[in-house]
Amino acid sequence: MYALGPAEWQAIDVTLRLCLYTTIILLLLATPLAWWLAKGRSRGRNVVQAIVSLPLVLPPTVLGFYLLVVMGPRGIVGKTLQDLGFHHLAFSFEGILMASILYSMPFAVQPLTEAFSNLGRRPVEVASSLGAGALDRFRTVIFPLTRSGFVVAATLTFAHTMGEFGVILMLGGSIPGETKVLSVLIYDHVEAMNYEAAHSLSLLLLIFAFTTLFVVYSLTRRFQVVRV
Amino acid sequence: MMLRIQAHLRYGGDFELRVDHEWPLEGVTGLFGRSGCGKTTLLRLIAGLERIRGAAVSFGDQQWQQGRQFVPLHRRGIGLVFQEHSLLPHLSVQDNLLYGYKRTPARLRRLHLPEVSAMLGIEELLGRRIDQLSGGQRQRVSLGRALLISPQLLLLDEPMAALDTQTRREIMPFLGRMAAESGVPIIMVSHSPDEIERLADRIVFLQDGLIQRIETLHESLARPDSPLFDDAGAVSVLEGALGEAGEDGVRPFGPPEARLWIPRAGQASGSRPTRILIRARDVSLSLVDPHHISIQNHLPVTIERIDPPADSRCVVACRTADGQLVLAEVTSRAVSQLGLETGKSLYMLIKSVALLG
Repeated sequence: MYALGPAEWQAIDVTLRLCLYTTIILLLLATPLAWWLAKGRSRGRNVVQAIVSLPLVLPPTVLGFYLLVVMGPRGIVGKTLQDLGFHHLAFSFEGILMASILYSMPFAVQPLTEAFSNLGRRPVEVASSLGAGALDRFRTVIFPLTRSGFVVAATLTFAHTMGEFGVILMLGGSIPGETKVLSVLIYDHVEAMNYEAAHSLSLLLLIFAFTTLFVVYSLTRRFQVVRV
Repeated sequence: MMLRIQAHLRYGGDFELRVDHEWPLEGVTGLFGRSGCGKTTLLRLIAGLERIRGAAVSFGDQQWQQGRQFVPLHRRGIGLVFQEHSLLPHLSVQDNLLYGYKRTPARLRRLHLPEVSAMLGIEELLGRRIDQLSGGQRQRVSLGRALLISPQLLLLDEPMAALDTQTRREIMPFLGRMAAESGVPIIMVSHSPDEIERLADRIVFLQDGLIQRIETLHESLARPDSPLFDDAGAVSVLEGALGEAGEDGVRPFGPPEARLWIPRAGQASGSRPTRILIRARDVSLSLVDPHHISIQNHLPVTIERIDPPADSRCVVACRTADGQLVLAEVTSRAVSQLGLETGKSLYMLIKSVALLG
């Protein structure tokens, strides 16, 4: 078996950091968004739901292309950042982090929306009547009762980010230590006819993906049984 | 303490709720009406769960809602009990009971776990998980949990609707006791005349989103056309102390001059007044005090009113020696044969087994 070299370890490091940050940021963003989608009465919900779900159906290249346009040195976001003295976001870790957050959004938002819908309004109303304010209610009632939703959202986001390829290649290119994630490295290995290296990394990802999904499905099933 | 509500809400095109009323909150207020008349919406408005634009709600001198001002439920000091079980499934019975208690400032705590669990008979359940409780037990724990925030007001949304008749009969005395002993005013939504008659002191009648009238239970029962009278006809409610059972298991009820005998186990006797319900069609009238008859209860009464006959039946309202009103339903033929008229003294006969405890 091909031993992992420094290039591989570097790619693993970038990949894990990307997955971790994406998961943390997405959970923070998706929780209020999913709550609003599950409980809100506004008509804008369908529009937002559709936008959030776009990455599920769009080719990653489309998303990557537009992100490149917007975040690149001439795009609205990229140019503004440059004018303010920062670096534009194309071909940078921050750039692919932004892209991952958008690309994995549905995998965080949908399980949470479903968990919040299933929760119903009763437990929250009960907690309010017992004197719990909004944060208190979230901490002591909503979160414990929708924990399975959070577990699923976090694992799927993490795993899906690890499986990203097209968007990253479009927006981030293949800069070692910055944007070269495992999936891109595998592609590079294949292009260089280095099949043995590609195989090791591919197998690694395959096992990881299977384990993650297996764990998620066992967890959700277990949580469903536990739910009263 | 006065409750004042002003609200106008229209939804779905055909439902409208229009309220502009105030009434004093003491004892139990029954919010009575058919399904879909707006009872629950009104309750949710009082609780602050329904934020109706332009509505105004005040409780004593506290403005709960007025213009842009809106006090959220968790700051209103309202205990809520819902129809179906609403215990938090991830907490034990004790943690459910204490959830609100812990969040109540110590200086505001008037009711504590030992006395509340004794009042509701749930001491033995404290260590259990929620899924180990029966429906009736869950509802008692919900009541206890709401009481333990030492609320200024308790809102009960059809608290017995999801329970079977047997369990309902078990819970009823606890509710009555809770209302009397906790000193917390209660608003209870119900579509069951029986529950209202047993528990309410004042009734808000709601129909098609409008409050028809607000009156005391006694005022309402004295009205021939009371909405409380359903298929079973007119009903009277007597209040009195229930004594200890004798050897034959029959218990005395009320003062000596208006004593009834009730075959009933279960409910504790005590100085606290108990209510019993008497259906008008279970009551007979006699000009003399008959002996040699199986009917145990003979009460001397005076006729206060005879309602005009309907379907050749009349409701005769009689005043007992201790001043309470009991209705008797007799045929108009009986009225003329016995020469019944207002002011006449006679005897009222009630079969003990017909008395609804």
